[in-house]
Amino acid sequence: MSTGVVDEAITYLNDPLSWTGPGGILELGREHLALTAAAVLVAAFVALPVGAWLGHGRRGGGVAVWLTNASRAVPTLGIILLLATAGLFGDGATVVAAALFAVPVLLVNTYEGVRGADASARDAAVGLGMPGRQVLTRVELPLATGLVAAGVRTAVVQVSATVPLAALAGGGGLGQIIALGMGTQRYGQVLAGGLLVALLALVLDGVFAVVQRLVTPAPLRAAARR
Amino acid sequence: MVSTAVAAADNPWFSWSYVTENADVLWARTSEHALLTVEAVAIAALVAIPLGLLASRVRWLAGPLLGTAAILYTVPSLALFAILAPIMGIGRQPVLLGLVLYALLVILRNTVTGLDGVDPAAVDAARGLGHGPLQVLARVRLPNALPSIVAGLRLATVTTVALVTVGVVVGYGGLGQLMFQGFRNNFYRAEIVTATLLCVVLALVLDLVLWAAGRALTPWLRGRSA
Repeated sequence: MSTGVVDEAITYLNDPLSWTGPGGILELGREHLALTAAAVLVAAFVALPVGAWLGHGRRGGGVAVWLTNASRAVPTLGIILLLATAGLFGDGATVVAAALFAVPVLLVNTYEGVRGADASARDAAVGLGMPGRQVLTRVELPLATGLVAAGVRTAVVQVSATVPLAALAGGGGLGQIIALGMGTQRYGQVLAGGLLVALLALVLDGVFAVVQRLVTPAPLRAAARR
Repeated sequence: MVSTAVAAADNPWFSWSYVTENADVLWARTSEHALLTVEAVAIAALVAIPLGLLASRVRWLAGPLLGTAAILYTVPSLALFAILAPIMGIGRQPVLLGLVLYALLVILRNTVTGLDGVDPAAVDAARGLGHGPLQVLARVRLPNALPSIVAGLRLATVTTVALVTVGVVVGYGGLGQLMFQGFRNNFYRAEIVTATLLCVVLALVLDLVLWAAGRALTPWLRGRSA
């Protein structure tokens, strides 16, 4: 069975028709990236201000960590399917579900980054007479960049892995290739789809590893590498 | 999707009669889910803990081992199943292997971290008492690394419980089967909600069991704050 399937996958990936045209790999890949970007942006819009605010006030850390741990136990598939039964279909549901699961990691990293900002730097800023808001935006947030970037990297990879799950509920993106292949028992196509989704996640991880390094101030790089 | 409007009239989010009438199916899927999780984490532990011991002894191996595990962890679960299933055949085996590969990283990383964190003075003292390398390992290094290893097992278990549901994409997802069945069966919400809740409860129960086991195995840590 196995060699036949591998051959089928190679044939599928070599066929120009699989790539171009409506529903082709290129279009689905673009859709996948757009959904990923939208979900991460939505999650960041919620998680970054809340995380920064909690970290600045040094409170609610327990809640943030608990939220992260609890979210691991919740099956993403169940939430996606429930959103669908609530009438939220297609791209909107995909973005909401993926964003929900990206919030905890962004929240915790922002919180830890801001809270963990060097205490003497913070004291110096307060001593200079900076109001709390400026301490946050000019001292704590710049010092937190590395950890926030690490959170964004994890969130991007995680969301790009959640988006294909939504294909089971009719969502778009590269997951459609897998869902369609399973539905029509074309297992070579399933294999090809799996490889494409895996490759996309690894490329995104690599790209954001570079971004993370670039935005982290040089003296903090050693500390951010964990 | 006309059915949503019709079903919304009599489609409760939760229904006791669904639970009681389908108790046997719910039990069968839950035990299938639990068994798959335990088996996957057990196999991953049998591979990852010895590898962790090796990596803490042969330093240059730690980087490549952790790097490989991290790459496997970055590959989305759905993609991993979609790659393995066509090659190994649809069903339980590819899901089991995928879950094992996924759990490897967390257990391996925590084993290495735990062993690295052992107080060198304790190891020196044991050597001074005439313990050989194996005795030092069994009586000093492993017991001291145990809390970190147990933390890794707990995290791996909770994550695996949620991931099993993704196996539905290749036809073996434990409680995920019920979620997907409920979705296809006119968006029957009670079925999806029940399966999702059972999934979360299962994760909490298994986590609690491991927590208790870890506590029982490290009596000297009791009374200290974890």
